[in-house]
Amino acid sequence: MENATINSQNDLLEEPLAPKRTRLEEFWRLFRKNRLAIAGMFFFVLFFALAIIGFGLTRGSAPILDPALVRLQDKLRPPLARPNLERLQPHEIPKMGIYIFGTDDLGRDVFARMLQGSWVSLTVGFVAVGIAVLIGIFLGGIAGYYGNRHIRLGQLLAAALLISGALSLVSNMCWAAAVLLVCGAACIFVSLKMKKVPKRDTRSAAARLWYFKTLSIDTVVMRFVDIMLCFPSFFLILTVVALLPASIYNIMIVIGLTSWMGTTRFVRAEFLSLREQDFVAAARALGLNNFRIIFRHMIPNAVAPVLVSATIGIASAILTEAGLSFLGFGVPPPHATWGNILSDGKRFIFDAPWLTFVPGIAILIVVLSFNLFGEGLRDVLNPKLRERH
Amino acid sequence: MIAFMARSAIQKLITLFFVAVISFLIIHLAPGEPSQVDPLNPKFTPEMVERFRKEFHLDKPLYVQFIYFYRDLFTGRTLSWKDNQSVLKKIRQRFINSLPLFIVGTILTWTISFPIGIRSAIFRGGTYDRSATFFAYLLISIPGFFFTYILIIFVVSHFQVPVIGMETFGMGDTTWLNRAMDRLWHLLLPSLLGATAGIAVLSRYVRSQMLEVEGQDYVRTAKAKGLAPDQVHYKHALRNALLPFVTMFGLILPGLIGGSVIIESIFAWPGMGRMAYEAILARDYPIILTLNFVSAVLVLIGTFISDLLYLVVDPRIRL
Repeated sequence: MENATINSQNDLLEEPLAPKRTRLEEFWRLFRKNRLAIAGMFFFVLFFALAIIGFGLTRGSAPILDPALVRLQDKLRPPLARPNLERLQPHEIPKMGIYIFGTDDLGRDVFARMLQGSWVSLTVGFVAVGIAVLIGIFLGGIAGYYGNRHIRLGQLLAAALLISGALSLVSNMCWAAAVLLVCGAACIFVSLKMKKVPKRDTRSAAARLWYFKTLSIDTVVMRFVDIMLCFPSFFLILTVVALLPASIYNIMIVIGLTSWMGTTRFVRAEFLSLREQDFVAAARALGLNNFRIIFRHMIPNAVAPVLVSATIGIASAILTEAGLSFLGFGVPPPHATWGNILSDGKRFIFDAPWLTFVPGIAILIVVLSFNLFGEGLRDVLNPKLRERH
Repeated sequence: MIAFMARSAIQKLITLFFVAVISFLIIHLAPGEPSQVDPLNPKFTPEMVERFRKEFHLDKPLYVQFIYFYRDLFTGRTLSWKDNQSVLKKIRQRFINSLPLFIVGTILTWTISFPIGIRSAIFRGGTYDRSATFFAYLLISIPGFFFTYILIIFVVSHFQVPVIGMETFGMGDTTWLNRAMDRLWHLLLPSLLGATAGIAVLSRYVRSQMLEVEGQDYVRTAKAKGLAPDQVHYKHALRNALLPFVTMFGLILPGLIGGSVIIESIFAWPGMGRMAYEAILARDYPIILTLNFVSAVLVLIGTFISDLLYLVVDPRIRL
């Protein structure tokens, strides 16, 4: 009886409040309204599942669906064609019993090749964007959090000595390299030794020069971003990929290393505004160290725009990889990617249009779904952009 | 104003220096040497390689090569490693070929995307707006090479006109009208393809800019005092929404040298993009570095112009 009254009192108390929703429920409620974004998410998940299943089916020495098996008897069969059972060797008969997407000019099963290529697209997209996001958060975080600190002349000297030492090591000047590297190490040692910065009045002339403030960290990082933005990105990627040995890992790394600038700017802007907010001041007043403030308190609050730009970045990384494969760079030939299936198929565009259209439409759908999903996320996560109908 | 210009110019020069250093390092530290480009060629004896290395200073330390290269570039004496021709002359030739693509593409981008964006903003949330949004995403997402082939098939089979190359080979002495039409057909597809992504992005940008202005108080006032909708949209809203686009004129400058590699390769168009591609394949470092340098210069000049235009257009900004 008593309990019941307390409960009803509690109900009364809670009644006028807004209905309680967790963040995720609220997010889902808003996201559901955007039908395009829902479709994008559906294809996003579908692509993810297909790529993982495809990786399982096409890997190993005796895969279930062999993307590299050449059947010259069955070349250029249209989609949904049945294999020519009497002319194939027993081990050549496709396990599916049907060529869903037809075969190419060597009689390889396009469906199996597409599955293999989907794994390439998926990993290139995610790894490249992962690298870009990590660099972006790191540099943006430094610029935003430690931005108003200055680099001392001594530190600059050490860095310059070390870099020129490394350069002369690369250009085969061992003696100069050794001297420069030792000097650089000595500089670092000296500055570590004199960890405590002496008071301004008591400094000697040499120490004053040593601690002379040069550029702020923010200036250095953001000017570096400006420099990287001056490069024409596709041309730069093409150059580096062409010079390096052909491998999928090089493509991932190069795309990642040339696309972190946007994330850096986002994270820096977020950090600059978060740094001045009360909860960060409170965390600092509690005596937390910088590491914990950055990773536990600031990054979770700055991650929303990064997530959005990462989703859209995956789309553009997939497009870039497809473009590189199309030009003949990148993953070496027996391995299939969507770009090189299309590139091989373009010679048969009038006789075998499926070789162009299957990979083309697959790239289109995947990139479109990533773009739509990313834009949907942006609308939901950023209340300022939320459209009020 | 003068102080701002001077400060900005100095900053951009420093940036340019670092761009030059970094691009030089990237190219020269990559594995493999230009002298090893064709090791199976019997004419490439070790003595030849040695002569080649000496001729192009490849046996000198890196910083000496750097100084030699930029000294040659600024005095206009850089030679291509492939055929010993002047790099600047080659680039000029290709630039003239790429220029019509750039001009037509830019005109298409700016004339198509504005009406689409403005109409989407005015009829926001309607069928037109939603389909325009979807098509914009479609155009951003479609791989350029795939779209190119679709359009080539469409144009070739429906209009029966040749589209590959800059002009039909062996036209002979036809009338100038035929010739002009031929050139136009060849120009249309690549420039349209170069413009697709631009149209999609710019129309979205016009829409959001227009929406922002349409929500302002003075637009509501204009509506409230009974002006015709056309006058409200085009006189009060549009003129203010145009402001950021004026500054974008500076940012289209880098496109001058961009020249899409993929589109120019497919259409066999002898432009900048294709030259870059060929230079990369041949490891022709002087051309790669010069192109990189020129495009960095254009990016910096572009941002400089857009900053200046902002100053001129928007009196609220004091730098």
